[in-house]
Amino acid sequence: MTDEPIDEPAVDDAQQVEEPLVETAPPPPPLVSLADELALEAEKQRQLELENDERIAREVSRLSRRGFLTAAVAAGTSYGAWKWLTTSKQMDYLHWPLRRVLRMNESVAEAYFREARLSPTFPTSRITRPAKLNGNLGLDPNFDPSTWQLRVEGAAKPVVLTLDDIKSLPRREQITEFRCIEGWSMIVKWTGTRLADIMAKFPPPDRVQYVGMETPDRGYYVGLDMQSAMHPQTLLAYALNDEPLSAGHGAPLRLAIPVKYGIKNIKRIGTIRYTNVRPADFWAEQGYDWYAGH
Amino acid sequence: MKKLVRKHPLAIRWFHWINFPLLAVMIWSGMLIYWAYPIYRIGAGTHTIVKMNVSQPVWKSLHVNNRLAEGMAFHFFFMWLFAINGVLYVLYTIFSGEWRELVPTRQSFKDAWIVFLHDLHLRKEPPPARKFNGAQQIAYTLVILMGLGSLLTGLAIYKPVQFSWLTTLFGGYPMSRFFHFWLTVGYVFFFVVHVGQVIKTGWNNFRAMIIGYEVQSGDGERT
Repeated sequence: MTDEPIDEPAVDDAQQVEEPLVETAPPPPPLVSLADELALEAEKQRQLELENDERIAREVSRLSRRGFLTAAVAAGTSYGAWKWLTTSKQMDYLHWPLRRVLRMNESVAEAYFREARLSPTFPTSRITRPAKLNGNLGLDPNFDPSTWQLRVEGAAKPVVLTLDDIKSLPRREQITEFRCIEGWSMIVKWTGTRLADIMAKFPPPDRVQYVGMETPDRGYYVGLDMQSAMHPQTLLAYALNDEPLSAGHGAPLRLAIPVKYGIKNIKRIGTIRYTNVRPADFWAEQGYDWYAGH
Repeated sequence: MKKLVRKHPLAIRWFHWINFPLLAVMIWSGMLIYWAYPIYRIGAGTHTIVKMNVSQPVWKSLHVNNRLAEGMAFHFFFMWLFAINGVLYVLYTIFSGEWRELVPTRQSFKDAWIVFLHDLHLRKEPPPARKFNGAQQIAYTLVILMGLGSLLTGLAIYKPVQFSWLTTLFGGYPMSRFFHFWLTVGYVFFFVVHVGQVIKTGWNNFRAMIIGYEVQSGDGERT
C-alpha cells in the first residue's frame, strides 16, 4: 500500500533534422483527402491512447507489486503474532500474554472502582423465582451444620464465630442481580451482614490487600481484592429470598457479592483470611480471570 | 483514455485491513463465550423460527466447547485493539475530511433506493457514479455506529456495577447482552453483503482497497 505520486513520463524532444539547402521545384500541394486526414488524426489519437494506457498499466503493476507485497508482509506478521500468542506458555490454563492483559485490565478496573457505585437494586416483584441452583463444589454431603463455625484468620488474634454471633451484627437486606460468568443472571434477595462490618469488628493488624475465603473442606475457594470486600453490598448472607439458606445454596453462611461474577459468591464459608498474598481462586486456576469483577 | 484515480487514503486502507482480523477474533472469542449460554432465537412468542444455537456435536466440530474462560480472555485482550483501531479510524475521517464522502445526506437515502433496484436488476440505469454511492454511505456509517454500540453494550455487560447507568440505559443486564449479541449478527450480515458487492464490482475496485488507486476510463466510467 503506497501513496507515491504518479510520475509523468519524460517526453522526448522530437529529433530536429536539418533540411539540406538545395533549390528544387516546389513540391505539388499534397493530395490528401479529408477522409485520409481524419483517419490519420484518429490513428495518432489511437497511438496516444495506446501509449497512455500502457503507461497506466505499468504504473498499476508497480503499485500493485508494492501494495500486495506490503499486504503479504502484514498478513504474514499478523499470522506470526497469532501463532506466537496461541503457542505461548500457559499460566493456569491461559496463555501468559492473556493473563498479563487480564492483570492490566484489573489495574484499570481497580483505579476506576468506587465503593459508592452500587449494583442496581430491584423491587420484590422482580425477584426471579425459584432462584437457580448452580454448582456444588466444596459442598461435602456429609457436612454437619451443627458443628459449623466461621474462622477468621489474619486478624489481630484468631477469631471463631458462630452463626448467632454473625446474626447479632447489623442485618442488611438487598435485592440485587446475581450474574453468572456463563451469561445468565437472576434477581435475588439476600439477607445477611456486611463483610465490612465483620472486618471492622475484627480488623487485621495492618492494612492488607486481599481477603481469601474457603469452604470447610477446602473444595472451593475464592480470592477478593480489598475494595470489593469492603463494598457496602458485599454481604455474608444467611437467607435467600426470605428463607434460611438451603444446603445447596450454601447454608449456613455464604458470600453475596454483586460487584463480582457468581463464581466469587462462595457457598458455605468455613474460613475468612486477611492476607497480602494474592489468595488462590478455584476458577482462576481453571483459566478464568482472578478479578472477575463488575 | 484511461487514467489512475486516487481512491482510498493509506490510513483508511490500514484501518480497514487491521479491523478485519480484529473483528474476526472478537466474533470468534464471542462465540466461545456465547456457547456457555446460547439462548437467543428468532421467533414470536413461543413460536421459534430459528434457534441461535446448534447441537453439541456441531459446536464440537467448530472447537467451541468448554472454552468460556479462554474466550473471555481473548475477548478482553483484543477488545483494546479493536476499540483503539476503531477510534483512530473515526478520528482520521473527521480530521482528514473523509467523513464528507462517508456520512450519508438526505440524497443518499434516495440514491440507496436506486442502488437497491439496480442491484436487483429492477432498474436499468446505474446510480450516479461517486466514490461511495448512497447505499455505501449508509452501510459504512451504520457499521461504525454498530461498532460504537458494541463497545457500549460490551462495557455495560463487562462492568455492570461501575457503569450501571449505561447498563440501565440499555434496559438492564440481560438486554445489554441481547443487543451485544445481535449487533454481532449484524456484522456477519454486513460481511456477507459487503463481500458479495466487492465480488460483483470486480477486481479494479478491490485492488483500490490495497493499492489506493483505481483505473478509470476517460469518460469517468470505472473500468
